[in-house]
Amino acid sequence: MSDFVSEFWNLYVIVIVLVSVVGCWVFLLLQSKAKFTPGVPTGHVWDETLEEYNNPMPKWWSWLYVLTVVFALVYLALYPGLGNFKGMLGWTSAGQHTAEVAKMDAAVKPLYDKYKAMDLQAVAADKQAMEMGKRLYLTYCMQCHGADARGAKGFPNLADADWQWGGEPAQIVETITNGRMGVMPPHEQLGAETIKDLANYVRSLSGLPNDSVRASKGATAFNEAGCSGCHGPDGKGMQALGAPNLTDKTWLYGSSEAVIIDGISKGHSNKMPAWGEFLGESKVHLLAAYVLSVSAK
Amino acid sequence: MSGTQTTYNDKVIRQFSVMTVIWGIVGMLVGVIIAAQLVWPELNFGPWLTFGRLRPLHTNAVIFAFGGCALFATSYWCVQRTCHTRLWGGPLIPLTFWGWQLIILLAAISFPLGITTGKEYAELEWPIDILIAVVWVSYAVVFFGTIATRKVSHIYVANWFFGAFIIAVALLHIVNSAEVPITLTKSYSAYAGVQDAMVQWWYGHNAVGFFLTAGFLGMMYYFVPKQAGRPVYSYRLSVVHFWALIFTYMWAGPHHLHYTALPDWTQSVGMLFSLILLAPSWGGMINGIMTLSGAWHKLRDDPVLKFLITSLSFYGMSTFEGPMMSIKTVNALSHYTDWTVGHVHSGALGWVAMVSIGSIYYLLPRLFGKSGMYSTGLVTAHFWIATIGTVLYIASMWIAGVMQGLMWRAVNADGTLAYSFVESVKGSYPFWAIRWLGGVLFLVGMIIMAYNMFKTMAGGKVQNVPVIAPAAHHA
Repeated sequence: MSDFVSEFWNLYVIVIVLVSVVGCWVFLLLQSKAKFTPGVPTGHVWDETLEEYNNPMPKWWSWLYVLTVVFALVYLALYPGLGNFKGMLGWTSAGQHTAEVAKMDAAVKPLYDKYKAMDLQAVAADKQAMEMGKRLYLTYCMQCHGADARGAKGFPNLADADWQWGGEPAQIVETITNGRMGVMPPHEQLGAETIKDLANYVRSLSGLPNDSVRASKGATAFNEAGCSGCHGPDGKGMQALGAPNLTDKTWLYGSSEAVIIDGISKGHSNKMPAWGEFLGESKVHLLAAYVLSVSAK
Repeated sequence: MSGTQTTYNDKVIRQFSVMTVIWGIVGMLVGVIIAAQLVWPELNFGPWLTFGRLRPLHTNAVIFAFGGCALFATSYWCVQRTCHTRLWGGPLIPLTFWGWQLIILLAAISFPLGITTGKEYAELEWPIDILIAVVWVSYAVVFFGTIATRKVSHIYVANWFFGAFIIAVALLHIVNSAEVPITLTKSYSAYAGVQDAMVQWWYGHNAVGFFLTAGFLGMMYYFVPKQAGRPVYSYRLSVVHFWALIFTYMWAGPHHLHYTALPDWTQSVGMLFSLILLAPSWGGMINGIMTLSGAWHKLRDDPVLKFLITSLSFYGMSTFEGPMMSIKTVNALSHYTDWTVGHVHSGALGWVAMVSIGSIYYLLPRLFGKSGMYSTGLVTAHFWIATIGTVLYIASMWIAGVMQGLMWRAVNADGTLAYSFVESVKGSYPFWAIRWLGGVLFLVGMIIMAYNMFKTMAGGKVQNVPVIAPAAHHA
């Protein structure tokens, strides 16, 4: 695609660049024709003592100048620079990038192919494969899930035994390839009292201190408000929806009453990006195996 | 002319000269603080005193407050002396001083508050941008008004450079600062996407080319021959390198956007003109240094000349380094690393600051009716401390920058990155500590200068100096 809206601008760029580069040279040539009287001042005096010698430009300096102009003209013939003219070498920065990526991909393909053919569990047990997996993890995953894979607030801990979306090899591959979108809808309409009851019930599920009167009211509300639709009647969650298990010790956003109330009121929206297209199947395969290998059994 | 003799307007020069030293200390102190924040991140007190808000304060303070005041002072001195006339412009003259100080003050308040356009070296918001335009146009009227009322026919070379600097900065500032105001403290750029990036770096690199180069070459062309007591080496060289310099600088901006969404042809053109810029830049260095030929012995015991000539050496070095870094393949390694920071400071400390310091040392005794600075020994001490500080700064940034570039591109046999980003940060710590030390030394030098300046000013007699008549044989 052309960078110009019309042929005029293409020609404009070509002409102005060539005239400017050559003009630098012509200007030097014209100025070099002046009459020089080395070691003799020009005769102009300013501020009592300021004078100028009429020395010629140093020869080596003039040659340096010409050299850069000649280099520019040769470069413009070989590389893009003159508007739409692609240059005789056909080089583009995008092309250079694509070629370098292809070269690297080809070089490492056998390495990845070897593990792609293996079962995920077997890859997870392979020492060399897991060194590669760790390097991939440190490049692409560490920013959210942490260098130790223990996650952060809002970013799941991969090193524990809990799975938001399932810990079977195929489920992990799916999570990395297509990403996940976890949505907890806001429930402000339930009113502050009911939400507080619910929060106490949720805390009671995992044995955290709670107000038992509120918790029992919350248990009723849990079913009536539709919480059980996603989190299940027993609060054990539903991995197919990414609805967390509320009865375990794992808390993505925190376990205090205030945080839970905030979560129920305003909801949550969380996203694991899709990496399939960017990384390709074999890298996803290695990463999935790495995640499996770091998770607690 | 009537009985009273015309005198030079040196009052405004005294004001700008003193503020050069004061703002130099302020700007460099902020630089030392942000350098320390990189070594000891606990020093970020925030949000007002975090690195992100103090960094633009540092760059603006050293470029526009320190460098700007030095340029105002020296250009006002030079244009009066070499035009053999009093500064023209009446009330516009104090307006340039007080207006400029107000702008600096507003910058010092608005940056820590987080008020910024986000445009590098042009972070000030739109009301301050308008104020800058007003002061700058007044400066142009004063400068060119003085040129127009000159008593000699030929315009001295230093004034060409000062004039080009004033015109170009007005053009750059007005085009780059085009923005749509939303509130008093918030505006959006008039440009979008890659065009915005290109306009910003057209401005950014020409801020280097005109504010930090052409203006200071003007300074060099007056103070080097004056202090050396020798004629400028070559008039013709000054003609060629002046026109070539101001012409080619305008094209160089795209080298800041190599390997980005900027079209390949634009990147190539930016790179080629950056390379062509090498000879015109060196023309200035040659003309300055060769002016000393036949008087090299003066370097031995004149610390002012030491500052001026060393600044030209650093100028030559950074204008060699710049074109090299503009080459795409070199840039692929150097870009986004501390090498760039080192390159900028070899220009900023080695060239811009040193030539300013030398010129201000020349001016101070003459402005306050003294035969010399209070202590020449302290000037010499300042020179050596500043030089060591500059070398420590540049060398540490070179090493850190090349190390970062190599670490970022290193890959394992499986194609994964050999180092995470944070490992390159960890590896940079010792060099950041050395850089901080270099900055501290440079700041110490400025504090010594301030002491020397106030001692020189104490008891000085401020006299109105009569305008010197042009030399008789001057056509």
